[in-house]
Order: sequence, then structure tokens, then C-alpha cells
Amino acid sequence: MTSSTVDTIPVARAARRTHPLVKRSAPLVTIVAVLIIVWYIGAVLMNLSLVRGGFEREEAPYTTMELLEGTMSAERPLLPAPHQVVGAFIDGVFGYAPTAPRSLVYHSMVTLSATLLGFALGALLGIVLALAIVHSRVLERSLMPWIICSQMVPILALAPIFIVVLGAIGLQGLLPKSIISAYLSFFPITIGMVKGFTSPDPMQMDLMRTWSATSRQVLSKLRWPSAVPYLFASLKVAITISLIGAIVAELPTGAEAGIGARLLAGSYYGQTIQIWSALVAAAVLASGLIAIVSYAERKVAQRMGARS
Amino acid sequence: MNRRQIRLGFIMSAVCVLITLMLPLPLAGTPVAALMARPLTFLLTGVIVLVFAFAAGFRGLPAIVIGLVGAGITADMTLTLLRDPLIAGDAASGFWMVVIGVWLASWICVVALAGLKPRNSAFRKVIDLAIPLLFGAAVFYLWEVVVRGAGVPPVLLPSPSAAATKFMASLPILGADFVQTFIRGVLIGYAIGCGAGLLVAILAHRFEFLGRGLLPLGNFFSALPLVGVAPIMVMWFGFDWPSKAAVVALVTFFPMLVNALAGLQAAGEIERDLMRSYGASYAQTLIKLYLPAALPFIFNALKINATLALIGAIVAEFFGTPTQGIGFRISTEAGRMALDMVWAEIALAAIAGMAFYGLVALAERVTTFWHPSMRT
Repeated sequence: MTSSTVDTIPVARAARRTHPLVKRSAPLVTIVAVLIIVWYIGAVLMNLSLVRGGFEREEAPYTTMELLEGTMSAERPLLPAPHQVVGAFIDGVFGYAPTAPRSLVYHSMVTLSATLLGFALGALLGIVLALAIVHSRVLERSLMPWIICSQMVPILALAPIFIVVLGAIGLQGLLPKSIISAYLSFFPITIGMVKGFTSPDPMQMDLMRTWSATSRQVLSKLRWPSAVPYLFASLKVAITISLIGAIVAELPTGAEAGIGARLLAGSYYGQTIQIWSALVAAAVLASGLIAIVSYAERKVAQRMGARS
Repeated sequence: MNRRQIRLGFIMSAVCVLITLMLPLPLAGTPVAALMARPLTFLLTGVIVLVFAFAAGFRGLPAIVIGLVGAGITADMTLTLLRDPLIAGDAASGFWMVVIGVWLASWICVVALAGLKPRNSAFRKVIDLAIPLLFGAAVFYLWEVVVRGAGVPPVLLPSPSAAATKFMASLPILGADFVQTFIRGVLIGYAIGCGAGLLVAILAHRFEFLGRGLLPLGNFFSALPLVGVAPIMVMWFGFDWPSKAAVVALVTFFPMLVNALAGLQAAGEIERDLMRSYGASYAQTLIKLYLPAALPFIFNALKINATLALIGAIVAEFFGTPTQGIGFRISTEAGRMALDMVWAEIALAAIAGMAFYGLVALAERVTTFWHPSMRT
């Protein structure tokens, strides 16, 4: 991009080296490559004694090459090699019908539906609470300290109780999990939206008063638009927390389906590859959800006339 | 809310309590006769009505204090009434009217307190503390009264007093769980995770190439449900605390990396030039400029991690533990439907979490007193 008048070869090469895409992605690619190499080495080292033990039990002669190959394709490795994880993930996604109990798509959908329902409930509750807090000084002073306090409490510890309590009154399946997700995700939204609703500066509020705007008009014309950036920032935090909540909610209940159930089953039966592929599915889900929220953020910003 | 509405509120609470004389509590016979059989309750009802009426006659702080005294006496009366096996479990409309009276009076007090505008700063601080405390006390009171009055089965939701009794009765178990989960799992993992995160952030700041590669990765990883690695860590490090510490270290590493890196880049151009003009070495610049400038960011990460660490350790215990630990106890006692013990453990986790957070926040106040956000 450092354009020069003479387009000689070295300049072109230098230009390629400083091309923004190369400049941005080169470090990332290098570090990811290093991490994958480290992962392979780790897989060899950690599975070595396991594989060697297997060979020695069968009293079969083995070469170093066979030993290395064994560490790459062990059935229940301590650390599966990256290609095993990717293979299991692809197999789980495409290898079965989407409704089969072995399909990762099926489990992801179970978790995703709980996540999205919980996220919607949490976002609604968070915004309503923020509105109430912004409009009532009493609520702000009495409720806000408790909301902040509850941020410091490990709320996920409540997950099993919620499941037990809701199960006892006949609620099972999707709803208890979503309630946990909602419970976890409404905090960041409340905090963020209170900040957003109060972000217009006194001068803008004064202007609204000179127009004798009602509090509803102030809300729709000033508070909402200025809270939008805060809304999306907290939605991004909330949707990842919501996913974590849904996954953890599947842990203590012995749920049959969902990413959390896959993790728990994998850990009971020592199916390490299954655990890792479930983790990859969770990562894909998380980044997909964040990407969707970011996309919505960009679109809304464009509609509101932001220049990117 | 103006003075007139506050007065009206107190009169309404008095009326609520007065109506009780005409409604079943539920005791046998006509309401008045049933109350006459309990002279103390009857007398108290009269006293409470008088106190509320008295509160309505004052204004400002005296009205609030008198109203609070009335609400306190009334709350005490309802709790005493709940000891009666005839009332506990199936309280009737008369009882609930009293509870509504307590709720109304305490709500009026909170509103009136929030409306006060004291000039004295110490007094203002007391009020700022009193409002949320009163609110919390009212919530706990309602929880207690509803659970005991309506006879909610303890399997569903135990009363706060039952959980508190259980808490006091099982201090040794709670202590052992606290040591296992918090001292061993959380603190060790927290130190390792935050330390490693800070170290890698310093390296990434020193070598720009590394930083540009690590920042997107760190952002990516800190958005992932990392607690999911818990079963793997349990497989690698065994059932005891090392696996919990490993989960905590992993969960706390990325927020620290991302925040500390942002903090290290927060040092201004002018300050860096100044350090260069002093001929300071990199180590000197790091200690005297970069790290102090990064402190607010580092503390931000430490505070985020304080919560994450406890969650990570508790979740990791769902995947297997020796027979102690907060997460282990919660999942086994929830399975046995012993919810009072579960709530006692949650109270323990909440207290530990808040104390941990409070300590970090205190350390922040002491070390970053110079930062604009602290000078309020």
C-alpha cells in the first residue's frame, strides 16, 4: 500500500508484505500453527505410555514408527490429536441424520434452543429492569446494589437447585435450562442498559426539557438511540453467558441430550474424543452466536446512520 | 413521592393491621374472640396501629424512624405467630393483611429515605447503605413469611431461617468444603491463571508480532464456554484439587491476557518519550511506566476473574471430586432433596465470592488511588 511511482519487483514484494491482509493475519496464522504443532507434540508425549502399555500387554514387537502412529490414532487417548478431533467433529455433524442421538447437530440444537430462549427472556428482563431503574430513583438506590452484589455470587452454583426445584413442580426439559440462561444473562444487560440509558449528557437532557418532552418521548428519541451501542456490547456478553448457562444446566441433571450431556457422558465413559468434539461444537456455536449479534449490530448502526 | 403520599401510606398500613381484627388468622371462633384469647397479640395489634398513626403525624426523618419501628414490631409479631402450628402452613387472609401492612410500611420508609436530601455527607453515606439493606431485609422477610405461612414444602424452597440454622449447625462440613474448593482450587488456580496471563501479556507487549497474533486468539477464547474443559482436566489431573485449579487457571488466563495487554498499551506517547529521554532500560520502563499504567486494567481483569474462578471450581466439581467441596456438596445434597444444606452451601459460596471480590476491590483502591475513576 505504500505506493511508489516505480513498480519494480522488490517494491511489489515489499507491498505484498505490507498488504493489510497479510500484515493482520500473518501473526495470527503463525501462532495458530505453533499451537497446532505444540498440540501434536503434546498428543505424542501424553499418549506415549498409554500406547506402549497396549503394545506390551499384547507382547507384540513394535517399532518407534508404529508407536508414533499409535499415539495419533488411539481410541481413548489422554489428548487426542487435532485431526482426530476434527474428524470426530465432522463425523458428528455430517455422519448422522440431524435427529440421530449420536449427531452433534442434534445435541447442538437442544442446547441452542435453550440458549436462545433463555437469552430472549434474559434480554427482556434485563431491559425492563434497566428501564425501571432509570425511571425510579428509589429502585435505583434499593435494587442496584443488590444487582451488583449478585454479580459477585457464583450464580452457576444455583443451576442444580433450579433444575431440582423446577423439576419438582413439573417443569422439565427446555424451560428450566432457559431460566438458568436467562438468570445468568440478564445481569450484563441490566448493567449495560442502565449505563446506556443514562449516557445522554445533561445538555441533551436539558434540550429535551426545553422542548417539554414527556419522559416517554425522552426515552424513544434520546435514551434508546444513545443506549444502542451499550445494548449490543452487553448482548454479546450475555449470549456467551447464556450458552455457558445452558451447557452447565445440562450437567447436574443427567439430561439425555445437549452439549453438556455429551460432555458428562464422555467423561463418565472415558470417551475423550467425544468430549473434545463436543467442545469444538460449543466453540462453533459460541462464535456463530457472537457473529450474528455483531452482524445485527453493524446493520443497526448502518440504519442509524453511523459511518464505519 | 411527597409528604402527603407518605402519610397516606402509613395510614394504609395501619388500616391493613386493623382489618386483621375482622379477618380469620386462621384460628377457631370469630376473629376478635380468637385474638382476645391471645391478649399479647391483641395488645400488639393496637400498639402497631397507634405507632403507624403516630408516624403519619410526623414528617421527614422522625416519621421514617417511627414507621420503621412499627414495621419491625409487626414483622416480629407475624414471625411469632408463625411459631403457632395452627397458623404455620395455612395462614389465612387476616395474617396476609398484616404482612401486606409490613411490606407497605417498609416500602414507604425506603421511598421516604430515598427522598431525603441530607447536607451532612456522613449521614448521606448511612442512608445510601440503609436503603439497600432495608430493601434486602424486606425481601428476606417476605421470603420467610411466605414459605412458612403458605407452607411451601422445604423440598421446593426452604425458608431463610432454615438455611441459616443449617449453616450454623454444619459449620465443620462447610469449613472443609471451603478449604477444598476455595483455598486449594480457586486461590491456587487464580494465582496461576492471572500470573500466567500477565506474563504472556507482557511478552506480547514486548514483541509486537506475538501480540498481534495473540490478541484475536485471546478475544476468541475468552468468549468460549471454557468451563467445558472441566472433564478433560479431571481426566488429566485426577479428582482432587489440582484439576479444579487447572480449570480455574485456564478460565482466568484469557481475560487477564486481553485486559493486561490493553492496559500495557495504555501508557501515553509523552510518558514513553520521557522514559526514553531518561535513558531508561526496558525493565525500568516496564516497572515504572507500563505496569502502573496498566494497573486499572489488570484490576478489572482480577475482578472479572474473581467471579469466574469460583464458578469454574464449582462446575469442575460436578465432574468428580473427593468427598468434599462446595460443588460436590451442592450436587449430592440437591440429589437427596436436602435443599436447606444446598442453600447453606450457596450462602457460603456467596459470602466467599463477595469477600474475594471485596478484597480485590480494596486492593484496587489502595494501589490505584491516583486513577481518575477512583477520585470521586
